Amino acid sequence: MDRERIKMRVVKDRGFEVMVILLSLFSMVPLVLILFYILRNGFSAISWEFLTELPRPVGEEGGGIANAIVGSFLLVFVASLPAIPIGITAGVYLSENQKGKLPYLLRLAVEVLQGTPSIVIGIIAYLWLVIAMGGFSAVSGGIALGIMMLPVIVRTTEETLRLIPDTLKEASLALGVPYYRTIVKVVIPAGLSGITTGILISVARIAGETAPLLFTAFGNPFMNVNIIKPVNALPLLIYNYATSPYPEWHRIAWGASCILVGLVLLLNLVARIIVGRWKVQF
Amino acid sequence: MGSAQRVSAQGGEGVFQKTLLLSALAIVVLLAAIFLSLFLHSVPSLRDFGFSFLVNKTWNPVSREFGALSFLVGTLLTSCLSLIICLPFSLAISIFLGEYCIEGLLSSFLKNVTELLAGIPSVIYGFWGLFVLVPVMRKLEMKLGVAPYGVGIITASLILSVMIVPYAASIAREVISLVPSDIKEAAYSLGATKQEVITRIILPYARSGILAGILLALGRALGETMAVTMVIGNSNLLPQSIFSPGNTMASVIANEFTEATGRIYLSSLIEIGLLLFLVTTVINIIGKMIISRVSVEA
Repeated sequence: MDRERIKMRVVKDRGFEVMVILLSLFSMVPLVLILFYILRNGFSAISWEFLTELPRPVGEEGGGIANAIVGSFLLVFVASLPAIPIGITAGVYLSENQKGKLPYLLRLAVEVLQGTPSIVIGIIAYLWLVIAMGGFSAVSGGIALGIMMLPVIVRTTEETLRLIPDTLKEASLALGVPYYRTIVKVVIPAGLSGITTGILISVARIAGETAPLLFTAFGNPFMNVNIIKPVNALPLLIYNYATSPYPEWHRIAWGASCILVGLVLLLNLVARIIVGRWKVQF
Repeated sequence: MGSAQRVSAQGGEGVFQKTLLLSALAIVVLLAAIFLSLFLHSVPSLRDFGFSFLVNKTWNPVSREFGALSFLVGTLLTSCLSLIICLPFSLAISIFLGEYCIEGLLSSFLKNVTELLAGIPSVIYGFWGLFVLVPVMRKLEMKLGVAPYGVGIITASLILSVMIVPYAASIAREVISLVPSDIKEAAYSLGATKQEVITRIILPYARSGILAGILLALGRALGETMAVTMVIGNSNLLPQSIFSPGNTMASVIANEFTEATGRIYLSSLIEIGLLLFLVTTVINIIGKMIISRVSVEA
C-alpha cells in the first residue's frame, strides 16, 4: 500500500519534470522558426546592390534599401544626441541622491516612461513636433526614439554607479579633489562599461521600433539626410513592404528583416561582451 | 591651490550640481507634459462624447460618431488570451531554469535564446505572423468550420504570447529565485519529491511575485502595436468571436492616425492614446510595487 503510494509520487514527479522540459523546449520553437524564415528568405535577397541602391518602383526587379539603412542611422543619431547626455546626468543624479522628493518622482517617471506604449510616444512627437514644423520629419522621429532611450540609460547608469564602492569616492575626496571632479574623473570612468552597455541596449531597443515612426519620420522612397524632411527607416520599410501586395517587395522586406535582426542581435551581443569582459570588479 | 582656482572649482561645482538637477527635472517635466498634451488634445472628444465614448461600439469617421468599445474589447481579448497562452510556457521556463537545470550548457542556451527572443523587433514578429502563421490559421479555421480569415483576434493573441513569454519568464525566474532555500530544503528533508516542492512550496510562496509578473506582461501586451496591427485584420466592428478580425486600441491608432482628418477624429484617436497611457501606467506601477514588496520581504 505504502509502496504503491510512493510509486505514484515518483511517477507524478517524473511526469512533471517531462512536462516542464517539453513546455520549455516548445517555447523555443517560434524563435527557431522566425530565425529560420528570416535567414532562408532574407539571406538570398542581400547583395551589394541591395545595400547600396534605392528602392525601385513597383514592377521593376531589383533595387535596394540604402535609404532605409541611412535613415535608420540618422534617426538613431538624432535620438542619441539629447538622450545620452540627459540620461547619464539624470542617472548620476539618481545614484547621488537616493532619498528625497525629486529622486522619488524621477524614479517613478522613469518607470512610467519605460512602460509607456511606443505608439503613445509617437502621438506625442506628432503633437509637439510634426504639427509645429508643419510636416513629417526625421527630427520628430528621432526625438520620439530619444524619449524611448531615456529610461534605459537612466536606469543602467544608476544601477552601475550604485555598485561602485563609496571608498573609491571617499579616497578621491580625501585627496582634496572637488566633488564634481570626483564624479566626472573617478566615479563615471569606473562605471563606463555599464553605462556603455546601457547605451547599446537602448539603441538596440529603438533600432527596431516602428510604431513611433509611423506618423513622425513617416518614410520616404528617396535618399534623405535632411533632418527636417521625412526619412525612411528599416522597420518602416519592412512594415510598408510586408503589407504591400507585391511579391518583389516581400522579398526586399525579408532581406531588410535579415539586416535589422542582425544589427539588433549584434548590438545585444556586443553589450553582453562588454559587461562580461570589462565588468567593474572591486 | 590658488584662490582663483578655488573660485573656479566652486563655480564648476555649482554648474555641475545644476546640470544634474536640470536633467532630473527635465525627465519629470517630460512625463507631466506627455500626460498634459494627451489630455488637452483629447478635450474635444471628451466634451462631445463623454462617457459614451467607452460604451459606444460605432466608429464612423464619415458621420463623425466615435465610440471605442470595439477597440477596448479587442484589446482586452487579445491581451487576456495571450496571457493565458503564455502562462504555462513562461512558468515552465522559469521552473526549468530555476530548479531543474540551474547551470550548464542547456541552461545558458535556453537563457540566451529567451533573451534573443525579447530583442527581436515587433514588426518582424508581425511580418513572420502575416506570412507563416496566418496561412496556418486559415487552414485551421477551415477545418473548424469558421470563416477562414486567417487574420483576427486569435492570431494576434498567438503572436503576442510568443512576444511576452521571455518577459514573463524572466520575472517569474527572478521571483522564484527569491524563495529561501531553507524552506525548500526542509521539504526535501521530509521526503518530498521535486514536483511536490515546486507545486506546494515554491509556487505558493512566489504567488504574489508571479501575479506581479503577469501584470507587467499584461502592460506589455496592451501597448504592443506593430505585430498586432499586422495580423489582427483591422476591422472596426465589435468582434463576434475570437476568430473574427478586430482592432486593438494601439492598432487603430497606428492605422488611422495619419489619415485622421478633422479635429474630432484626431481627438478621438488621441483619447484612445490617453486611455492606453493611463491603463498601462497604472498596471505597471501596481506590478512594480508588488515586486519591490516581495523582494524586500525575501
